[in-house]
Amino acid sequence: MAAAGPSDARGVVEQVFRHESGQAVATLIRVLGDFDRAEEAVQDAFLVALERWPGTGVPSKPGAWITTTARNKAIDRLRRERRLAEKQAELAQLMSLDPGEPDQQNRSSVVDDRLRLIFTCCHPALSPEARVALTLRTLGGLQTAEIARAFLVPEPTMAQRLVRAKAKIRTAGIPYRVPPDHLLPERLDGVLAVLYLVFNEGYVASGGDALIRRELCDEAIRLARLLAALMPDEPEVLGLLALLLLHHARRDARVGGSGELVLLGDQNRSRWDQAMILDGVGVLDRAVRLGRLGPYRVQAAIAALHATAASPEATDWGRILALYDALRRMNPSPVVELNRAVAIAMAHGPEQGLALVEELAAGGALDGYHLFHATRADLLRQLGRDAEAAAAYRQALELTGNPAERSFLTRRLAEVGSGRRR
Amino acid sequence: MRYLLAIYGDEQGFATATEAEAAAVADAYNAFTKDIVDRGLFQSGDALEPSSTATTVRVRDGRTLATDGPYAETKEQLGGYYVVDCKNLDEAIELAAKIPGAATGTIEVRPIMEFPEQG
Repeated sequence: MAAAGPSDARGVVEQVFRHESGQAVATLIRVLGDFDRAEEAVQDAFLVALERWPGTGVPSKPGAWITTTARNKAIDRLRRERRLAEKQAELAQLMSLDPGEPDQQNRSSVVDDRLRLIFTCCHPALSPEARVALTLRTLGGLQTAEIARAFLVPEPTMAQRLVRAKAKIRTAGIPYRVPPDHLLPERLDGVLAVLYLVFNEGYVASGGDALIRRELCDEAIRLARLLAALMPDEPEVLGLLALLLLHHARRDARVGGSGELVLLGDQNRSRWDQAMILDGVGVLDRAVRLGRLGPYRVQAAIAALHATAASPEATDWGRILALYDALRRMNPSPVVELNRAVAIAMAHGPEQGLALVEELAAGGALDGYHLFHATRADLLRQLGRDAEAAAAYRQALELTGNPAERSFLTRRLAEVGSGRRR
Repeated sequence: MRYLLAIYGDEQGFATATEAEAAAVADAYNAFTKDIVDRGLFQSGDALEPSSTATTVRVRDGRTLATDGPYAETKEQLGGYYVVDCKNLDEAIELAAKIPGAATGTIEVRPIMEFPEQG
């Protein structure tokens, strides 16, 4: 490795530490029964790492090193406390914890700790915002300030959200465990929904801090990979991982030179990340071999058809339509209907697509959804109905504040002559 | 841990129920109560008279103000409660889901605040 300056060294420590600290936090929460104490101990270990790693290099098993160091720090803290007598049980637990020797049994208990932590952070008794924040903070190792920036809320608000969530876990008796089999399907759905939400927050084009948003996508994929490693027999976990990879692979092509949104059909496909597409398709194949069709797997299959097509015209729209039909049966929702209408427009022409969109418009459920108006506008534009298209583009513009989407819609509006071309 | 399972529902529906319907509801509650007593989870529980019999009391500036009706006008009214002793929130949620009123109304699950034993 090339010699790194002091600030580089700090960056490396931060990066490795963040990715490896989830394991230590998870194990210490189990032993200490308390999120805050576990985080404090791991934070202490981080300070030691900052001091030592630039000189000694990153240890070969950073996760185990952090757990051991954090354990020692937790013991120090417990010893300094006055009510030591009450803490004997925790102290004994800490002393017997030996993360340095990952024998078979130890490894499986470390795995269980992280799995437990995911399920606790994503418990349905916590608000969706709290689940996302807690997962990023404890498993993702993100700082409160980073999470606040990613979700565009002031840091004290985010800090408060985390404090409340941890207090609820403690006070309401949310268990620290992997749910028993009869609860697993619905609880797993909740975990997957959190990871999907984290990813989506990062994926929505370039509002706020672009760097931190990309981090969110990477983090969601990392956590989905972890979950897939911990629960290798769950097809929907693999389905979600495949879906995230196949979306993320297109990331660079989604935003144009001046920051505007580029739609799938207009994207420069040579800028798609082929290695990541291959990875995603491979994960999807594993999900398919496990059987049982779920909504994430179906969405991943749709994304795979897009990602492996040489051009919009070469895309297998008939197959995509069949997949949307399947998705609609599993997850009936106006947004799925909208996407299905787009597939119909591509397979059978804009006229048929628009007919379905107008049916949806009559339902009214998507009135406040900018992409609904943008889709309708686009179909009208393809049919040469410029005045109606312009009106629909304007409606879409009124409903979105995202700069990339706004600049895309403004350009389209200009193309249809603002509706005054007649 | 002890939890309060507060049962909220539309008491209008209960008031207009036929005798047979009311008996079926009572049977369902008796069966639920017996089940949690047998499992050692039951601590206490009662059904409440309708909210039209409620009185709200406040003391302001040393004066007691007693007024008619429940504290808040809502679609669902507090109709009964259980206090149960569970291992954790998941167990409490499972019990709450088995309360007959959960199928039509809402159960609020609240941990009971525990104070250190006075020596």
